[in-house]
Amino acid sequence: MVRVSDEVRRLRKRFEARAEESHIWDAVQLARNPDRPYTLDYAERLFTDAFELRGDRAFSDDEALITLLARYHGQTVVAIGHQKGRDLSERTRRMFGMPHPEGYRKAIRAVELAERFGYPIITFVDTPGAYPGVNAEERGQAGMIARSILAFCQASVPIVSTVIGEGGSGGALAIAVGDRVLMQQNSIYSVISPEGCAAILWKDSGQARKAAYAFRPTANACLDLGVIDRIVEEPKGGAHEDVDAAAKFLDDAIRQALAQAEMIPAAERRRARRAKFRQMGVWGVVDEPTNQDF
Amino acid sequence: MTPVEVNVERQGGEEGGGRRHPNTCPECRSHYRDDELRHAQRVCAQCGHHFVVGAMERIEQLVDPGTFVEIGSDLRAADPLAFVDLKPYTDRLMDAELQTGLGDSLVAGHGRIVGRETALAVMDFSFMGGSMGSVMGERFCLAADYAVAYGIPLISVTGSGGARMQENILALMQMAKTVGAVDSLREEGLPYISVLAHPTTGGVIASFASLGDIVIAEPGALLSFAGPRVVEQTTGEKVAADFGRAESNLRLGQLDAVVPRRELRGELAKLLMLFSPAEDEPTGDHEPLMTIVEGDANPIDKVLGRLGLGRRRG
Repeated sequence: MVRVSDEVRRLRKRFEARAEESHIWDAVQLARNPDRPYTLDYAERLFTDAFELRGDRAFSDDEALITLLARYHGQTVVAIGHQKGRDLSERTRRMFGMPHPEGYRKAIRAVELAERFGYPIITFVDTPGAYPGVNAEERGQAGMIARSILAFCQASVPIVSTVIGEGGSGGALAIAVGDRVLMQQNSIYSVISPEGCAAILWKDSGQARKAAYAFRPTANACLDLGVIDRIVEEPKGGAHEDVDAAAKFLDDAIRQALAQAEMIPAAERRRARRAKFRQMGVWGVVDEPTNQDF
Repeated sequence: MTPVEVNVERQGGEEGGGRRHPNTCPECRSHYRDDELRHAQRVCAQCGHHFVVGAMERIEQLVDPGTFVEIGSDLRAADPLAFVDLKPYTDRLMDAELQTGLGDSLVAGHGRIVGRETALAVMDFSFMGGSMGSVMGERFCLAADYAVAYGIPLISVTGSGGARMQENILALMQMAKTVGAVDSLREEGLPYISVLAHPTTGGVIASFASLGDIVIAEPGALLSFAGPRVVEQTTGEKVAADFGRAESNLRLGQLDAVVPRRELRGELAKLLMLFSPAEDEPTGDHEPLMTIVEGDANPIDKVLGRLGLGRRRG
């Protein structure tokens, strides 16, 4: 016999799971909305003067990742961000915001410049991931992502990173190792795209919605897991509904985060940033240590 | 036990209804008894193909007998997302542990190679595809901490499909965390040697594994950020047979050397010698000052506390 209250509870639970699933999927859609503001839309509103630093001084200028020298609330900063394109020709030119190794080499160049002059670094993360092509691989995609992460680890200047759209995998993390890491309310941050995860674990990329629900790429989940420091509010309906308002929220959040990062003494910043990422992760301990000794 | 003579039998086509001997060489179809293959360091005696080696067996191949001590063996993956795909993550973990006898995809510790003390972080591809999650990242950091505390080098041997999707964003963060550990070695001026075994891809090659002061690969190892299938599917590009292979990476300037497995211990010993001061002869009497992490509610603080008190050599 089925008790009615149990049945109601079961249905309610299922309903809540469905609601949660559709909420997560909404966030995925909003993060990828083609009208969503990109790095340059915010740069234009946040900075008073800006000069674009172009080229990696070795191979080419990767337009999927942009670097700027800019003025932010009266001080010079270095800004680094992925840049997707608006129309098809710009998207093609900017590879949909998926950098090649040259892009990361340019980012490293920008970090080194910031370090030389003591300028804070502000990054905007918005990429489906680093470009997975043969040329990118041959020019050392993996090594350059690793080197970019290392450059961010080693910097003694304050770094504030914000995920403003898609924080896709290593290609995103390469410029997201900050003293303070923020995420906009409708942005996502994950180790692989929901489609990629579904293709591997469900063996069907059509199960992306299920995968997204299982691995929770949302700002709330990232905050709960201690990966980010703060969620940045967006206007109702998403950042694309009112770009100026979204920029205002972002400006306030970045300014506060920068002030917090600036409070860490420069000599300790590298160790403090390392310590911040060191404590990320969740694990348990078994009772009996099994010491392997031979 | 006396060494077993390596015996080779040639096997023709796919007889036996497509079923294969478990130790069949994928290149030349020779197949081996497990003990002969183990004795040959899991290298095919016919064609030189390098089979995948488990972490404990790799450690046995590299370090002086009786000198290896494991660190952080009691850490186990938690399931922060209560992740379920076709199977719950906790089931996959249990299966992997029962299959491999390991607590996660990396074994950390320290030992001696031809008399020289070194910290070690050795991955095992057979534990969930050598995927990098919280425990793997923490164990790598513990090995680096040990190196820093005792002023010794770190050697890692990797074999990984990349980050562990079941831990999603926390798995991604292990890239930053392990690179931070490499940074602590650099800050202290300690050598880090990275050995890339087949396959080292995704989040592992895009973080610590690429940052060795010396980077060595095993012959034929697949070393790429994206695997060949992903490249073909997402870009529609035709992928060559030697795509991402160790030999191509050497040619393209991404590696220092491709070293056959049988020469690996000797090459590592040479590098450890080159990185140590001229007058420093191996003594072989260095007692490990720290053993493993004991079962404790908060093992990391305890380890860090101990490391803070650690004696510095050199």
